[in-house]
Amino acid sequence: MEDFLFAFLNWDIVTQAWPILWRGFAYTLALSAMTVPLGLAGGVALALLATSGPWWVRLLAAGWTDFFRAIPPLVLLVFLYAGLPFAGIDVGAWGAVALGFLLNTGSYYGEVLRAGIESVPRGQMEAARSTGLTRGQALAHVVLPQAVRNVLPDLVSNTLEVVKLTSIASVVALPELLFQARQAQNATYNATPIVAAAIAYFLLLWPLVRLVSRLENRAMAGR
Amino acid sequence: MDGLNNFIFSFFNLKVMAQYLPLVAQGLALTVVLALLIVVCGLALGLLLAVLRSFGIRPLNWLIIFTVDVFRALPPLVIIVLLFFGLPAAGMSVSGFAATWLSLTLVLMAFAEEIFWAGITAVPKGQWEAARSTGLTFLQTLRMVVLPQALRITIPPLTNRTIAITKGTALGSVVGVAEILGAAQSAMSFSANPSPLTLGAIAYLVLFVPVVALGRWIETRFAWKR
Repeated sequence: MEDFLFAFLNWDIVTQAWPILWRGFAYTLALSAMTVPLGLAGGVALALLATSGPWWVRLLAAGWTDFFRAIPPLVLLVFLYAGLPFAGIDVGAWGAVALGFLLNTGSYYGEVLRAGIESVPRGQMEAARSTGLTRGQALAHVVLPQAVRNVLPDLVSNTLEVVKLTSIASVVALPELLFQARQAQNATYNATPIVAAAIAYFLLLWPLVRLVSRLENRAMAGR
Repeated sequence: MDGLNNFIFSFFNLKVMAQYLPLVAQGLALTVVLALLIVVCGLALGLLLAVLRSFGIRPLNWLIIFTVDVFRALPPLVIIVLLFFGLPAAGMSVSGFAATWLSLTLVLMAFAEEIFWAGITAVPKGQWEAARSTGLTFLQTLRMVVLPQALRITIPPLTNRTIAITKGTALGSVVGVAEILGAAQSAMSFSANPSPLTLGAIAYLVLFVPVVALGRWIETRFAWKR
C-alpha cells in the first residue's frame, strides 16, 4: 500500500512537478480555445456546402467528410507533422495541430450541423424568404438557430471530444498537459505526475460530461 | 514539374510502397484484431453495466455512474499512457497491445453503457407494467420486452461511437504497438520516405470508409424522430 501511494499519489512529487504540470494545463486550455472555434468554422462551412450547394458540391462535401472521419486524427497529425516536411512544407507543431483539427473536427462538426439543418422543415426557409429575407439572412436568423437547438447534445458532446483530443498534440511534442506529465514522470521516475494529469483532465471535463449526459437523456426521452 | 516529381517521390513512391507493403499489411491485421477485441468486450461490458443499473440498487448505481463519467472524461491517450508507463511503477507491466486494448475497451464500455441506459429509460413505463402484469419476471421483461425496443433506438448513436473509439487503435503507436500507424512510422524511418504513411492512410480508408458509410446509412434508416 505504501509503495502504491509512493508511486502513484506522492504529494512531494506533485509539489515538485506542479509548475511543469500547470504550464501543460494552460497549454491544453489554449489548444482547446484554438481548436474548437477552428473546427466549428470548418463545420459550418461544410454543413452549408453539404445542404445548399449544387449536387456536385454536396457530393464533394459528403466525400470530404467521410474521408476525414475515416482517417484517425493521430494519423492525420503525424502525416502533417512528419510527412509534409519531406515535400518541403514544414508547418511546425502548432500548424500541424491547427490544420489537423480543422480537417478532422471540422468534418465531425459538419456532419452534426448537416443533420441539424436537415431537421429544420423546408417551409421555414420558404416562409423566411417570402417575408423578404435574403438567403443568407434566412440561414443566419431562421434556419441555423433551430438547427443548432435540434442537435445541441451532439454539438456539446463533440466539443467534449475535441478538448479530449488535444491530448494527441503530445505526440508532436507540443507541451500540453499529457506531454508535460510524461516529462515530469521521466524527471522524477514516478508515475504520480500522470495520475495528477488524469485527475486534472477529469476535473476539467466532468461538468461537461454531466451536461452531455443530461442533454442526451432528454433528447432520447423526447422521442 | 520538379515540384510534382518531388511530391510523387515523397508520398507515392511505388518502390518504397512495394517494399513496405507487407509490414503495413501486418499492421492492418493487428488493427483489425485489436478493433474486434475492443468492440466485442466494450459493448458486452457496456450492456452488462446498463442491465445492472436497471436493478436500481442505489450505491451500485452511483459507482456505475462515476466509473462511466471517469472514462467519458479522460482522453483515451491519457488512459493508455497511464496503464503503460504507470503500472510498471507498481511492479506490474503490461504490453502496449494490452494497454491499448484495455483502455479503449473501458472507454467504449462507458459510452455504450450510457447509450444503452438512455435506450432503456426511453422505453415507456407502461411497457414494464404491462409485461410484469402478464406474469413475466423482472429479467424476462428486460430481456424480451424492454431491451429489444431499447436496442433499436440505440443503434445509430452506438454505431457512430463505436467507429470513433475503434479509430483510437492508432493511439497504440504511441506505446509501441505495430498496428497500421506504428508499422507505417517505422517503415517511414527505415526508408527515410513518407510513402509508407500514405500506405497507412490508404489502409485506414479501406478499413473505415465502408464502416463510416454504413454508419451514415444506419443513421438515416433508424433516424431519431425529433
